[in-house]
Amino acid sequence: MNFLETFLVAARALLRNKTRSFLTTLGIIIGVGAVIAMFAMGEGSQASVQEAIASMGTNILIVLSGSSQGGGARGGFGSLPTLTWEDLKAIQTEIPSVRYAAPSVGGNAQILSEDQNWSTRITGTTPDYFLIRNWPTSLGTQISQTDVDLGSKVIVLGQTVVDKLFGANANPVGQNVRVNNIPFTIIGVAAKKGQSPVGQDYDDTAFIPVTTFEAKIRKGLGKFINGIIFVGAVSSAATPQAERQITELLRDRHHTAVATEDDFNIRNLSEIANAQEQAAATGANLLLGIALVSLIVGGIGIMNIMLVSVTERTREIGVRMAIGARPKDILAQFLIEALTLSTVGGIIGIAVGLLGGQRLTSQWGWHMTIQPLVIFVAVVFSAAVGIVFGLYPARKASLLDPIDALRYE
Amino acid sequence: MGLNGSTPLIQIDGVAKVYQMGDVEVRALRGVTLKVQQGEFVAIMGASGSGKSTLMNIIGCLDRPTKGRYLLEGHEVSNLSRDELARIRNRTIGFVFQSFNLLSRTTALENVELPLVYAGLSRRERHKRAAEALERVGLGDRIEHHPNQLSGGQQQRVAIARALVSQPKLILGDEPTGNLDSRTSVEVMSLLQDLGRSGITVLLVTHEADIARYASRAITVKDGLVLVDRRQDPLPAVPLPAQEEATA
Repeated sequence: MNFLETFLVAARALLRNKTRSFLTTLGIIIGVGAVIAMFAMGEGSQASVQEAIASMGTNILIVLSGSSQGGGARGGFGSLPTLTWEDLKAIQTEIPSVRYAAPSVGGNAQILSEDQNWSTRITGTTPDYFLIRNWPTSLGTQISQTDVDLGSKVIVLGQTVVDKLFGANANPVGQNVRVNNIPFTIIGVAAKKGQSPVGQDYDDTAFIPVTTFEAKIRKGLGKFINGIIFVGAVSSAATPQAERQITELLRDRHHTAVATEDDFNIRNLSEIANAQEQAAATGANLLLGIALVSLIVGGIGIMNIMLVSVTERTREIGVRMAIGARPKDILAQFLIEALTLSTVGGIIGIAVGLLGGQRLTSQWGWHMTIQPLVIFVAVVFSAAVGIVFGLYPARKASLLDPIDALRYE
Repeated sequence: MGLNGSTPLIQIDGVAKVYQMGDVEVRALRGVTLKVQQGEFVAIMGASGSGKSTLMNIIGCLDRPTKGRYLLEGHEVSNLSRDELARIRNRTIGFVFQSFNLLSRTTALENVELPLVYAGLSRRERHKRAAEALERVGLGDRIEHHPNQLSGGQQQRVAIARALVSQPKLILGDEPTGNLDSRTSVEVMSLLQDLGRSGITVLLVTHEADIARYASRAITVKDGLVLVDRRQDPLPAVPLPAQEEATA
């Protein structure tokens, strides 16, 4: 008796009890559906976390200056300027694991166009900043080194600022805006980046050369950087090393005594990203565990029904044996029945999981990604559940004594 | 496997069967010796508990003797594995049961095909041979009927078709008329006599003396031993002329 024949016999036996077969597969449907939905959403959430990380920029370290201390009250990091322009240059040139380093100084200011105005954060920086943050322009050009060297009155606007000042879809490149009554020429629009993981709008910002900021807005280029330093490491693996080396370098440059605290602070953004990724992975593992339990429960359901079925069909088994079925034919018959139940349940579960996953992800604004491998594994796994839990009833059937089976009432 | 007159189809030498039922040893057969030639029509008689069913199960390769030898077509079968016994039941023996034992919700044709499925025949060959077998038992027009659409006599004829579809040497009947009225019993016996005339060995277990009259040899078993073994002129089974068959 070949596989196809056995399968047809199994399919007919299952179709005879449609309701029972369906209820039996329900456990598997729910289990597999949960796994598929979980993977679809898990990968979706992973993708959105990765997107968020990519929009922050990769391999980033942020160096903040130290805290002020006056009359017992301690200010936060950045309240006391301790980082110098020389420190920045040293980080750029002396540390091999650092690819880029850029200053970020600035504050909130009102930007005026011909007929509109908008308050936003103005950042003075250098071209490296955009490389570190992986932030191209969608229109026009970036701030160049020449702009920095000359202290040009040029500005790159974020998309939100463009929308507020010029309306959506406007091309403001070449037009002028005024910041603190100083006219700036718009040379570019920074590409839309969306929101940070905490909901901050990355695009509500504007950039000007750091030299222009210091000369025209803060007035007077001092020794210290009144802001932070963005550092881009050569790779994400090199980030911790860069962090350590910058710490050593700055302690050395600031002549910090051995037992004294750093007069600066370094933040590693990839750590935040990792933590978020881990949180997502923990949630996914939890769901996977629940799904596995549900698959096992489904498998036990199949075993239960197969045992009932074997008992009900004892006489049939006896007849089949009497007319020449070998024990392994009976084993195959019931095993394939269990396998069919679980595999069909698995396939329905995949459909249910995909539909459910799509619905939820579209509700949460993620896009669903599902790898074919996951579907393949789900099918194989549900088939395995059928075999594992079908084996005992099938074996029980195949070991029946034909005489007893024929006599069974 | 040349079979001439000198090799009996069934040869049983001193077969004993002992069951262990808890602490009690049940000696169902206590040394039976028996030879059945090809083409014989044998009735095995006996009260319940006489051992006739055990004898039948051993002859049918459903059970193995505790002691003694059983040669089927000259080959020792008492030590064969379950798979080998299944193969013999499939190829050499056909079974007819008292309660028909057809698979419900399965057509007559599919029921008759079943032994051929396990013999590994192709679908087409199975259909052809099963249809022929049903034709032979007079049910050529009912091949798509399900058992519950057939009368008792018709169901038993489907069962006989299933027994003979694999062209066996031996057909074993376990009280084949036990669930039938006397008129349908005669029909079934007539059918079995036909098979006997075509060279198939038929062996029936029955406790009804008038059924045993249709056999050419009657063996009476008592307390696990053969009590009487005599040849007789079989009574020809002549079914009553056609009249719509009553449902059993």
